[in-house]
Amino acid sequence: MSFWLYQLLAGLSFAMLLFISSAGLALIFGVMRVLNLAHGAFYAVGAWVAIALAGWTGSLLLAAMGGIATAMAIGFAIERILLSRTPAEELPQALLTFGIMLMLGDLALWIWGGTPRTLARPEWLSGPVRVAGIVFPSYRLFVIALGVTIAGLLWYLQARTRIGTMIRAAADDAETARGVGINVPRLSSGVFTVGAGLAALGGIVGGPIIGVHVGTELDVLLLSFVVVIIGGLGSLAGSFVGAIVVGLVDTLGKALLPDFALFTLFAPMALILALRPTGLFGRQQ
Amino acid sequence: MMADVHAGGGFRRQAVVSAVVLVVLAVLAVLAALPIAGDAYVLGVAARMMVFALFASSLNLVLGFAGMASLGHAVYFGVGAYTAAKLSLAGVSGFGLQLGMAGLAAAALAALFAPLILRASGAYLLMITLALAQVVWGIAYGWREFTGADDGLPGVRRPDSMLPWDISGDAGFYYLILLLFALLVAAMLVLTRSPFGLALVGIRENERRMAALGYPVGRYKYIACVLAGGMAGVAGAMLAWQNGFVGPSCLSVAYSATALIMVILGGAGTVFGPVIGAFLIVALENVISGLTERWMFVLGATYVLATLFAPEGLVGLWRRWAEHRS
Repeated sequence: MSFWLYQLLAGLSFAMLLFISSAGLALIFGVMRVLNLAHGAFYAVGAWVAIALAGWTGSLLLAAMGGIATAMAIGFAIERILLSRTPAEELPQALLTFGIMLMLGDLALWIWGGTPRTLARPEWLSGPVRVAGIVFPSYRLFVIALGVTIAGLLWYLQARTRIGTMIRAAADDAETARGVGINVPRLSSGVFTVGAGLAALGGIVGGPIIGVHVGTELDVLLLSFVVVIIGGLGSLAGSFVGAIVVGLVDTLGKALLPDFALFTLFAPMALILALRPTGLFGRQQ
Repeated sequence: MMADVHAGGGFRRQAVVSAVVLVVLAVLAVLAALPIAGDAYVLGVAARMMVFALFASSLNLVLGFAGMASLGHAVYFGVGAYTAAKLSLAGVSGFGLQLGMAGLAAAALAALFAPLILRASGAYLLMITLALAQVVWGIAYGWREFTGADDGLPGVRRPDSMLPWDISGDAGFYYLILLLFALLVAAMLVLTRSPFGLALVGIRENERRMAALGYPVGRYKYIACVLAGGMAGVAGAMLAWQNGFVGPSCLSVAYSATALIMVILGGAGTVFGPVIGAFLIVALENVISGLTERWMFVLGATYVLATLFAPEGLVGLWRRWAEHRS
């Protein structure tokens, strides 16, 4: 019994980390219809910069803010300078962002070298706690709480605020949104920047658990794709459910079939795409 | 096309065709003469160029001619490579058998995947191709007894041939690769100018019109997928011989993206564009890697620059320049 409870909690904490890391990808696709293959690179940038800043300043809060700000600045520049000049078609956008991922990944390798690093966890979250009879790391519970909080904030932002209404309008019909006076290009810049920042936050939250290494950007990108595909490209609620499915399947898969962890991860994605191409929560086109 | 309107456009067109023929013959002559210099490193790079040119050309058949993008084309390349490697390690050394089985295995996989791929378009097409390739990659990465997992399959030996020359040496093997390269590019030339190839272009340009004209659009696209898969598998077998090793990375999204950038950089929908793109990328990789460790950065920059400045590839740039001049 305690084995299953432990796996469930571990799966949920991984799920919430996945949600934080992939929500930006869903948001960006929803509004801009851009498949952002550089998404995992923002995760890696957040983690690398935060680890470096934590080393210099000794403050995890400063490190987190610095990591997020760096990723947001890079995201903003990429959207304004490069993406806005790219034809609005899937393939050129995919190639451009894949190239950016390669460049950012190699830049990180150049600056920080090939040694995998982890971020220190805050002292008040470093110990284990007792939950329903099992001993569980408190940091992982914190990740679950943070993921739920961010999901709530994003839902509120999208469903209850003026900005959220504009985002939904642009996602539904960009042309009409323009027609009623919504500045869609500026909205796109904003969404892309926030999406990059969310990915960086994922990198920072994941920093003490999985850390960052050469190739993290591609690993995170593929995981995020599985999450947003299962939920439905462009749907935040979908990514939340997708993250929980992937988090549990992956954790159980690793516990029960360790050799085929990658297969158990990608097979559901292919299955969903084959049976229901728009995902569990995506709207039929 | 503008050139045809002018009087004398026919002459100009003829001049362009003969110029292309001359360049192709010159490149073939240089490739054929390379072993005279006898440098094993140069021969290795040239063989790699030709292998990747075939891989890129196979993607071009679906992307450039039939208009279907893919983020997972390396799955066929990798399955071909693994097939040849498994046969070689099992003691099946005939080159025709290895090549045929590699092509068949990859084509069979494509025949299996194509029904799923053909239903999708746009971003979903990129995603389903990526997902299917990742499933196979996950198997290759996990199944240690069969694929060697992340250690891959080392010790792949060059095949025996029934050709009149010995291919155990570097030069002999190189000529085998050159022969296959020339044959397959020639086959691409014939195929893309055949009624089937022209119909594919028609489907790329306007699928509904082609369907209305009575073309079995779905069947044509299906055949294109299977042919492209088989050709990628053949190229994969050649890669396995050339490297003497097969690992899961040759099935990875990085390889799929490499094939994409080779096609786009050279020029999608042209027979020689992907060949030029592959030659350039492989040459650049070897030159840059000799100078600095920052090859991945340069490769990434190539993606960005090609997307921004040469969306129709180098062949497209050249055509525009030639039209502008006339």
